[in-house]
This record gives sequence, C-alpha cells and structure tokens, in this order.
Amino acid sequence: MILEFIVAALKAAIPAGTPLLFGTLGEIYAERSGVLNLGVEGMMIMGAVTGFGVTLATGNVWLGITFAAMAGGLLGLVHAFLSITLRANQVVSGLALTMFGLGMSGMLGKRYIGTPPPCRLRVAPIPLLRDIPFLGPILFQHDPLVYLSVLLVPLLWFVLFKTRAGISIRSVGEAPATADALGVNVFLVRYLCVFLGGVLAGLGGAYLSLVYVPAWIEGMTAGAGWIVIALTIFAMWSPGRALIGAYLFGAVKVLQYRLQPLGVSPNLLNMLPFIFTIIVLLAGTGEVIRKRIGAPSALSIPYAREEK
Amino acid sequence: MPERGERGEVVVSMRGIVKRFPGVVANDQVDFEVRAGEIHALLGENGAGKTTLMNILYGLYSPDEGEIYIRDKRVTISSPRDAIELGIGMVHQHFMLVYPHTVAENIVLGLSSADFFFPLREVRGKITEFSERYGLKVDPEAKIWQLSAGEQQRVEIIKALYRGADVLILDEPTSMLAPGEIEELFTTLRRMAEEGRAIVFITHKLDEVMAISDCVTVLRRGKAVATVEKSRTNKQHLTRMMVGREVLFRLRRKPVEEGQIVLEVKGLHALNDKGLPALKDLSFIVREGEILGVAGVAGNGQRELVEVITGLRQATEGQVVLLGENITNCSPGEIIGRGVAHIPEERIRMGLVPGMSVAENLILKAYRRSPCSQRLFLNHTFIDQHAERLISEYEIATPSKDAPAKLLSGGNIQKLILARETSEEPVLIVAAHPTYGLDVGATERIRQLLLEQSKRGAAILLVSEDLEEIMTISDRIAVMFEGRVVGIVDTAGAEVEEIGSMMVGAGKEQERGRS
Repeated sequence: MILEFIVAALKAAIPAGTPLLFGTLGEIYAERSGVLNLGVEGMMIMGAVTGFGVTLATGNVWLGITFAAMAGGLLGLVHAFLSITLRANQVVSGLALTMFGLGMSGMLGKRYIGTPPPCRLRVAPIPLLRDIPFLGPILFQHDPLVYLSVLLVPLLWFVLFKTRAGISIRSVGEAPATADALGVNVFLVRYLCVFLGGVLAGLGGAYLSLVYVPAWIEGMTAGAGWIVIALTIFAMWSPGRALIGAYLFGAVKVLQYRLQPLGVSPNLLNMLPFIFTIIVLLAGTGEVIRKRIGAPSALSIPYAREEK
Repeated sequence: MPERGERGEVVVSMRGIVKRFPGVVANDQVDFEVRAGEIHALLGENGAGKTTLMNILYGLYSPDEGEIYIRDKRVTISSPRDAIELGIGMVHQHFMLVYPHTVAENIVLGLSSADFFFPLREVRGKITEFSERYGLKVDPEAKIWQLSAGEQQRVEIIKALYRGADVLILDEPTSMLAPGEIEELFTTLRRMAEEGRAIVFITHKLDEVMAISDCVTVLRRGKAVATVEKSRTNKQHLTRMMVGREVLFRLRRKPVEEGQIVLEVKGLHALNDKGLPALKDLSFIVREGEILGVAGVAGNGQRELVEVITGLRQATEGQVVLLGENITNCSPGEIIGRGVAHIPEERIRMGLVPGMSVAENLILKAYRRSPCSQRLFLNHTFIDQHAERLISEYEIATPSKDAPAKLLSGGNIQKLILARETSEEPVLIVAAHPTYGLDVGATERIRQLLLEQSKRGAAILLVSEDLEEIMTISDRIAVMFEGRVVGIVDTAGAEVEEIGSMMVGAGKEQERGRS
C-alpha cells in the first residue's frame, strides 16, 4: 500500500516536471549565449493554446505539437530581433512578450474553454524495461514527449560541452567581443539559441494543454515560466541538473494534489512551488558562489561591434 | 636574427594609411614595413596612433585611405578573420580571452579546422608542442582566470601561432608582466623571429626597444617620424623623435634639510581582502618636504598600506600618526579633512566619477564647504572659475570644463586628479603608481608636479613599481617585501642592484640612512 503510493507519486512527478524541463533546457541555451529570456511564460502559454487549437482543428496531436513549437520559436525570434538586432533591454522585451502571450492566448483560447481534446498522446511503455519492478512503472511507462525531453538532456549537454558549436555558444555568452574577433558570428549564434529556447518553451506549453491536463484553461501555465527562470539558475546553466530540478518541482506539484485530501489548506499548498523556488534559489546560488560558476558574463548585455 | 645588410623579405607593407576618428586624425599618411625574421618596435607616446595602425592591419578598423600589401600582394582586410587567413596574429593589450573557459577551449574557439565533435582532443597535443618549441609553458586544462597575466599572454601567443600567424603583433606586451616574465617573453619572441616570423612590438618604453628590437618605427601624433635600425640609434635620439623635444631623465633634487615629522607609521598590521595578514609590523616616517619612495614587487602589501593610511582599510594593530595626532582607523572623510591627499592606484575607478564633468570632478573634495556651496546650494560661479583656473594651471587638455571626465586621456585624467588633490595644499600626499601607463610627456609633468609639492613642504609617500621613477624623484626609498619594510636607504647612495635584491626578499639587518 505504502509502496504503491510512493510508486504512483514518483511516476506522476515526471510528467508534472516535463513542461519545466523543456522550458529550462531552452532557457539554458538562450542564457548560455548571453540572452536573458523572461518571455518563457508567454512562449509556453502560446505553445499551449496553439497546440490545443491545431489539434482540435486537424485531429492530429503531432501536428498540434509541431505548431506549438513553431509558435514558441516565433516569439523567440521576436525576442531575438528586439534584444539582439535592436539591442533593446532584454528584461523589458521578455516581460513584454510574457504579457503579450498571456493576453493573446486568452483571446485565442476563449472558444476552446470547456472543450475536451479530440485525441491525446498515448502512453507508450518501453518493452522489457517497463517490467522492471519498481523502476519500470516510474520511468518507462510514459508518453513519447517525456522520452523526448529526457533524450534532449544528454544531447544538449553533449553539444554544449563536447562540440565546437558548444564552445562557440558558451564563448558568445561569456565574451562576445573575443568570439567576434575570432570569426564567430555572434548574432547568428544568439538568434539560434533564443529560437531554440522559444521552440522548447512552446513544446513545454503543448505538453500542458495536450498531455498533462489535457484541456485549454486560461492562464494554465500558472507561473511555470517563472519557475523555469529560477530552475535555470539552480541548474547552473547545465542540462543535467535541469533534469533533477524539473522533477523535484514535479514532485512538489504531485505532493500538492496528494496532500489536499488530507485536509491541508489549499492556499498553503498553492504556495508550495514558490516557497520551493525560493529554497532552490538559496541552495543554488550558494553553490554557484562556492564553485565560482557565475551566470554567463555577457548575460543580458546586447553586443555591438564598435569602433573607437 | 639576420645581420644588417641581409634582411628578410618585406612581409607587410602599409602605404599612406589615413584613419580619422571624430575630431582627430589617428593615422596621417603612415608608411610602415615589416620584414620576415625581424622584431620591429612601433614606438610612440600614448595616442600617437600605434594601436590604431595595428588594428587596421588586423582588420578591426578599416582605413579611410591607403593600401596594404602582404608579400607584395594588395589585400583588403575587413575583419580579423581576413587577417588570420593572411597569417597575421595580434595579442591585444587587454587580452581577448574567455575567462571561465580552459586554455584549450580558448584556443579552439572559432577554429574551423578543428573537429566538430570532441574538438579539444587534437588541440591539447598541439598546445604541448608549441609550449616546448617556444618555451610557452601553459597547462591546456587550466581555466584562464586561474592563470597569471604572463600565462594568459602565452595563451594569446599560442592562439595566434595555432592559426598559422607568421606576422605577430603584440600591443604593449610587457605592461602587465613581472620582470622575470618579460625576460621569458623576449626569449620566446627571439626564437620566433629566428624561425622567420615577423614580430611587431608596440611600446612606449625605450628600454624595451633597446633590449629586444632589430628595427624601430617612431610615430608621433599619427605620423610616422622615421624608421631606423636599432644599432644606429640610442635612447636620447629616439626620445627626441618620439616627443619632439628633449626630456629630463634625471630630476635630481637638492638635499632636504631636516623637517618636522609629518607621517609616522608605528608597528602597523592589516589584513588583505582574503583576510590574510598583508602588513606585518610596518614602521617608517616621512618628513616635511620629503618624498619617501616605496619600492617592491606588486602584491607585497603596498596597496594595503596606502588604504590603511587613507582610511579605506582597517588596521588590526599599530598606529598611523599625522602631525602628532593619531589618525588610525579614522574615516576617509576625517583623514581628508586633516590635509591628506590621495592619488589612487585605479585612477578611473577610485579617482573620479567618469560620467561627471571635469568641473564637478575638480570639486569632489570641496563641494560640501564654502566657497563651493552655501547651505544647500552649489555656487556655480565659483565652481566654473575654479575649474578654469585649475585647467590652465595644470595644463589639463579637455574639450571644455563641462565635458565628462571619462573623455580625457589617461595623462589628463591624472592631471585632473592631481589638480584636485594638490590645489588645497595638503600636508601629506599618498601617491600610488602616479605615472603608471602614462606616456613620457605626461609622466614628466606629473613628476614635476609632485616635486613642486614637496618643495612647498608637503610630505609625499610615493608607491611605485617603477624603480626608475622612485630613484628619480624620491629622497629615501623604503623597500617592501611580504608586508614588511625590509630596508630604508637614501636615494643618493643607493644602487639599483641592492634595491632589486631587497625587493625579492634579501632583507637588511640594519637600516641605513634612517634619519
């Protein structure tokens, strides 16, 4: 009985953390290239509404997911254009996109309220692995998007730390003038990273409206985009720790649902993720300072090649 | 190194280069040629256009007029990438490195020949190869921020060599190095020249030109004055070309008669930023009208000493006594009020407010009092007159008294600080590295200003890493090593070798010439 409860809770933590994982992986790339993207919340929710709408119209959930990613990527490009090409303040641009996304999705999604999705992503258990006792049900009985997000972790880590492209991305975020002097196209690298960040945020949003909930609810991201920003710091800008952080938050969210029937005040439970955010930030920054791993030095500073 | 008469082929030829920036002509019809196998010094005062000329060659600036030929082929260099492809490498004065990354990652950055996956594997081996061939010792796995300035410079040189540079430009390469590291750098440069590489060495230091170069081109106010072989010139000749007039090299002073003791430091102890002991039982005195030079290798407690005296750092033990009164651990404001002037080490960060005007910077110490202000209001008539008087008196070259101080050149910023600090006739001046990084003309002017102040009767504590400066203007020299004064000698009888050996810790038991 107790064991079943634990298995069920842990199994539920993974899908609950998956939107955060997508978002955090994307934000890590954007920030590694030196662009702070506070528009994650807006990109996620635009992904959620677009994915839901396209699925409803076409009846194809994969088409919905693709369009959600594109919607997030498009907003990412807007942020890139404002903050890289026009060198606008990244904080202002990001906040504007979040507000735009929240408002726009509310308007677009009005007619979807209360409509169930026509189809949903099926759980695809992995043969053999699913039968491992205890671990099997927790790790290997999920839908394809969960597997995709998990596969992205080593892939994005490898690109960032073991390829020439990764060295370029990290250098652009630390010392853009140096990278520029060595022939790296600073603007292109930043555009690509911010675009990728938007795409992944859009996927995270689609996961919410098409798999996790699944339905369209106005404002359904409910601050997930902001938790992503905190998780990026907790992850110390590294994909591996993003996975741990995202699932920790997933567990907190599950706890929220499991404790409610036991009579704990729902208001208190609603605060849980954000209390946990503060704890995570405290722990994360402590470690950042100890290990001398700071944010990328050029984070949130627009780059311009200047003559004297 | 080729003998005279059998010089290498011309690798780089810049002809009639003109570069204009708003309000100035940085390069005016400059011709410049470098040959294979030679170390070519590019000599000139700050602002003479040396760096601009080389930035043009490296593709960072595009020239307004003129032509560049590499091995007799006309080329257009519009970006550093073009320059790298033509075999030109440049080591900037402020290193272009990614500090949190490793040496290997820095070298591979932007290198299209490296593998896409695991690019660092092959690089590590090659770094070791370069290290051994040229004596450029550096660990490929070390992070840049962990390295000394000398090691960082080696990374820059390897970076250029890795990209196949056979023309290597070094901008003021010795300015951040310790004396031992300078010798190592020179050895490396000689070895590279022997292999047929052309080395361009930008500097404003004559000693270095005489020590390392085969050939010298002198720039003055954006124009090439002359190109001469080193063996056919000397320091005086070069100075004349560089400055356009003779400069005093020895500002020998009249002996000072015994004056009143102005500053007395007794058994001083203090900690550094890391909380470790930086000053250990330090004692000395400075008299009225005297300049006490504090010599020593950087990081032996000089900075902490200056900060304790000026109230910026707490002493843990001991006393600082000014004119018989104990000022230990008083606030900087109180210490200023008692007539102590401070010419700080980091002149832009600590010496002025870069965004404020020259006139405002000149009253930073006096604005709280009459005549600068009455009650809540500033007296602008007085402030303007005050600024105009000091600008002309101290020869501060500025577009106007209302221009932001950050627009001034290094020498003029220092003159501004001296004007503010000395115009109120302080009893004690604490000057930290007052001529660091300044050109010959400004250096001379600053030294003269300090001498004038001491003639007036101010006591001066002069902290400098430039031994020549200390020997030139101070009356006595205190040598610091590991937070202690290892000896105090009279300048008149002092030998450079003796002071040099004290600087590296060969302490003296009895202090000579302590009055």
